[in-house]
Amino acid sequence: MNAEQKEKGHFRAMRPGGGHGRFKRAPVEKAKDFKGTLKRLLNFLKPHQFKLFAVLVLAALSTAFSVMSPKIMGKATTELFEGMMAKYKGIPGAGVDFNYIAHILFVLGALYLISAIFRYLQQYIMVDVAQNTVFRMRSQINDKLSRLPLKFFDAHTHGEILSRVTNDVDTISSTLGESFTQLVTAVVTLVGIVVMMLLISPLMTLLVCFVVFPLSLILIKFITSRSQKYFVQQQRVLGELNGHVEEMYTGHRIVKAFGREERSISEFNDINEDLYDAGWRAQFISGIIMPLMNLINNIGYVVVCVVGGIYVMKRAITIGDVQAFIQYSKQFTRPISQTASIANILQAIIASAERVFEVLDEPEEMPDSADAKVIEFPRGDVRLQNVKFGYTEDVTVIDNMSIDVKKGQTIAIVGPTGAGKTTLVNLLMRFYEIDAGKITIDGMDIKEIKRGELRSIFGMVLQDTWLFNGTIKENIAYGCEGATDEEIVRAAKAAHADHFIRTLPDGYDTILNEEASNISQGQKQLLTIARAILADPAILILDEATSSVDTRTEVLIQKAMTRLMKGRTSFVIAHRLSTIHEADIILVMHNGSVIEKGTHAELLEEGGFYADLYYSQFAGGDSDTQAATAT
Amino acid sequence: MFRLFKLLKPYALSVAAVFILVFFQSFSEVYLPNLMSDIVDVGIVNGDTAYILRMGGRMLMVATIGTGCAVLARYLSAKIGVGFGKILRSNVFSHVESFSLQEFDRFGTSSLITRTTNDITQMQQVTLTMLRMMLRAPMMCIGGIIMAVSKDAKLSLVIIIAMPILVVLIYVFGRISMPLFKAIQEKIDRLNLVLREVLTGIRVVRAFNRVDYEKERFDEANLDLTGTTIKANKLMAALMPAMMLILNFTIIIIIWFGGIRIDNGYMQVGDLMAFIQYVTLIMFSLIMLSMLFVMIPRAAVSAGRINEVLDTSCQPKDAEQVDGAVNDSGYSRKSPCPVGGEQISGAANAEDKGLVEFKDVTFSYPGAEKPVLSGISFCAMPGEITAIIGGIGSGKSTLINLIPRFFDVDSGSISIDNVDIREMPQEELRSRIGYVSQRAVLFSGSIAENIRYGREDASDEEVRGALETAQAAEFVFSMPEGLDAVIAQGGTNLSGGQKQRLSIARALVRRPLIYVFDDCFSALDYKTDARLCAALKKETSGSTVIIVAQRVSTVMGADQIIVLDDGRVAGAGRHKELLDSCSVYREIMSSQLSLEELA
Repeated sequence: MNAEQKEKGHFRAMRPGGGHGRFKRAPVEKAKDFKGTLKRLLNFLKPHQFKLFAVLVLAALSTAFSVMSPKIMGKATTELFEGMMAKYKGIPGAGVDFNYIAHILFVLGALYLISAIFRYLQQYIMVDVAQNTVFRMRSQINDKLSRLPLKFFDAHTHGEILSRVTNDVDTISSTLGESFTQLVTAVVTLVGIVVMMLLISPLMTLLVCFVVFPLSLILIKFITSRSQKYFVQQQRVLGELNGHVEEMYTGHRIVKAFGREERSISEFNDINEDLYDAGWRAQFISGIIMPLMNLINNIGYVVVCVVGGIYVMKRAITIGDVQAFIQYSKQFTRPISQTASIANILQAIIASAERVFEVLDEPEEMPDSADAKVIEFPRGDVRLQNVKFGYTEDVTVIDNMSIDVKKGQTIAIVGPTGAGKTTLVNLLMRFYEIDAGKITIDGMDIKEIKRGELRSIFGMVLQDTWLFNGTIKENIAYGCEGATDEEIVRAAKAAHADHFIRTLPDGYDTILNEEASNISQGQKQLLTIARAILADPAILILDEATSSVDTRTEVLIQKAMTRLMKGRTSFVIAHRLSTIHEADIILVMHNGSVIEKGTHAELLEEGGFYADLYYSQFAGGDSDTQAATAT
Repeated sequence: MFRLFKLLKPYALSVAAVFILVFFQSFSEVYLPNLMSDIVDVGIVNGDTAYILRMGGRMLMVATIGTGCAVLARYLSAKIGVGFGKILRSNVFSHVESFSLQEFDRFGTSSLITRTTNDITQMQQVTLTMLRMMLRAPMMCIGGIIMAVSKDAKLSLVIIIAMPILVVLIYVFGRISMPLFKAIQEKIDRLNLVLREVLTGIRVVRAFNRVDYEKERFDEANLDLTGTTIKANKLMAALMPAMMLILNFTIIIIIWFGGIRIDNGYMQVGDLMAFIQYVTLIMFSLIMLSMLFVMIPRAAVSAGRINEVLDTSCQPKDAEQVDGAVNDSGYSRKSPCPVGGEQISGAANAEDKGLVEFKDVTFSYPGAEKPVLSGISFCAMPGEITAIIGGIGSGKSTLINLIPRFFDVDSGSISIDNVDIREMPQEELRSRIGYVSQRAVLFSGSIAENIRYGREDASDEEVRGALETAQAAEFVFSMPEGLDAVIAQGGTNLSGGQKQRLSIARALVRRPLIYVFDDCFSALDYKTDARLCAALKKETSGSTVIIVAQRVSTVMGADQIIVLDDGRVAGAGRHKELLDSCSVYREIMSSQLSLEELA
């Protein structure tokens, strides 16, 4: 468990199906660096150390008081018994001393009351500590996420990241407070009870300990080792079942179209049957722990009754002490099983915390330099000088590329699907850092410009439109804080979105639902164009998407885009011939790299990949040049 | 929620057995203190060691019998609870499988997945817990009270007064905390939503320099969630101590009055000790019941979501008198289709040719104000390619999805070979159609299995041929395992274009009368597209082909092009005809081609 190991472990050991929350996690997870993580977690709690100390003291006191009470209660019973026995034996004037009993009961009541109050206070404070810690943890991760480079987000699925902020933090949130107090309580209870039992009768204590302790341990061990097998099996089958459901539901249309419902159901039922088999066994075996522990407890109880009874007869012990002893022995197993479960919970907490810390330890985006500059009125001249870039160290996708773009020019980026056309976007907006060379805007190196400022020079309309759960108005105004309603409508009109927006039930106040599925893909695209128009950027990055948006409305989109591009420097991921024709520079990308560069005429002349691509689109299918396979 | 428990019917006997077993288990539990009091009152008072040992033996026996009952009860309840989950899961899944797209889309895929998996697991867990603990609690209560009353009826009054106080306390806490816990769940969802949005839109958020705004949004949701959680948990922090306090004060009162009764000779010390233990048992049962408050609301939500699925009835039902034989003379032949002045008439001509006719079809999605399609009429002839083109929301995809009856028309009719598709059994209908969806969907399994999804008894030759036509043979056979290469779930180990080609092959191997291609060429590069089109044309020459396409090249070669605009037919005919007559078509074309190419 050293630093290096931790370093390497980053994000490798994701649990299977991580994050979707669909696959329940395996019963017990092991942390990689238990001690280190625990230390860090405790550090997280440090601002609350005084409160934690108070919780500790309160928990200890509250438990101590409640441990004392059976012994005191026993005194009352003893007094009653003695008084009665005296009466029974006919001793004159004998009877129960009710003053004494009243006194004892009063003390007992006070103990109970104080113990309850302490317990309440302790939990009350702990809620604050735990929840505030979790709150801080969540915000820290979120802050961290805002500082992480795009590389991080491209390398991890949303589910993975989400699960750390929600599932993992939730695990910590729901159990941290509880297990901390439980641990304290359990330890104090166990110690307290053993002390009290020893005080009452060392021999009986030994007897109980010899019966209860080893039996419980053996039992727990025996059962968990057997049930574990079925739980693992259950987990596996459950994963299989979930997989089947996911697949069949995702392909519902196909299942129906090919009339395969019956097959799908029968396959489901087979897996379901397996799940039932593993499931009930796991439930049964883990379910008998409780009754069996209860039996062990009861055996202890009987031993106490019998031995205690004989002792009382021999006057070696008072009846009240036997009563107290019964109560103690009944409570005895609880802290044992509690600590066992806390140990498991603690493992889970640490494993979760470790994953959270992993995010917090990710290397951040290079911070803006202190003298970072702002371009007040950007013109939109872009220059790439000998740029070299690769997503990984060993694969260079852009090598020694130089482009000179003047304000208002259009650069078309073409290539088959998956050719890595977004790479340039990533570099221009500094989502990724280039390995060598220089990118300048209006003559200024983009590394010297504040990131936020740099990005606000750009306007972006991408194929995967992104809208959030809010009104249409808010979504359009996203790029331009404080835009008036009028400006928003004007932008929407310019983007040809006004018309469809007005046909929606609430017009501009229509709330886009979670997947924004209440408007069509093309309408989404129009909204993102309106957003870009409103933001009024100097440089544009456009994706002329075609796969989900098409024909007629594409005309609208194209019109809107053309209007948007006027007078601005534009980088267009181009699909339309007209755009490509008119572009000042065409960059041809294939398999992630820029392979050709020039104007339409130049590239045709060159007779390379571009020419091939261009001719194949309209020339029919009998060209025998190597097809550009989509990757 | 309790409606779902009707599914437990096959387990009625087992449930009854669990009731009885749990009763005996509880009884043994409350009987032990009774024996203990005998040890004190008879054994100790009389100094009878043999008696004490005998009673001890009896106690062990009772405890063992109780445990036996408990183990048996747990055995049965494990079978019942998990069996309940199995039945429920199977019901929900087969119900969902019968959904048409209309019902399916109403829930959404991910929501249906959660409902079939997580929600049911949740219900199963609750059922198990109920059988194990919730059943035991009332029995312990009743048993405890019976024993207490039999020991000393008068002293039992204390219990009878204390119990309602505890019940009221639990009830009040439950009433206050339940909405809070519900709110917490909602706020967690909200937080997730905000974060998910940031993650999916990370480029946009950063491009528009709105990181701080998003941070604020997150912090807001975070603060809100934390606030409610603290409130709820602080409330719950008081519950346990309050319950323990009531329990302990009840015991104090019992000792006091019990003491008086002992002094007066109405009662013995052992009885009092037993009494205290009864009280503890009764009260702990009640506390156990209070756990219901945590479980029930969560389970109720799950149950509600499951019921929503089960209560959704499937829209397109097979016509009642359908018996499978479609071309029986019993069916009404609709008016034949006038195309190109020629009339195809008579049963003999139209039989099993694959003539698809739309007659004045109007369709709207439920809840929509305007129909997506209105007054659509056209004919797709066997041996011809009919291409459908149009703008966003013009209803192309909807139109094509009406043919396999994923949705039912509102008015008008769609017929195949002059039989209304609503009069055919759905299976029969779909067996005539080779459908390729917009987004290629493949299933985990080998490539051969996936192709044979189209027709199970397709020979290797046929599979190969289909792959060949779909331009998929090259990449399939370049893989070391060839046809046996395994496709991962969701086809993640294939590219979009490869998936599309395989899904086309899957439709081809079916050799249907009618091919329905829903814009399935988008992920192909131009060359493959062109080659595929040429091969398809040969392969499907005898069939009716209906294509939704976007590329000019695909559309240009069609025998008939239907131009849709805003849910209506704006023009129909061949490329050249439409260029002259249809302005919408021209507009579409010019967006893709420059002027010289149009000429």
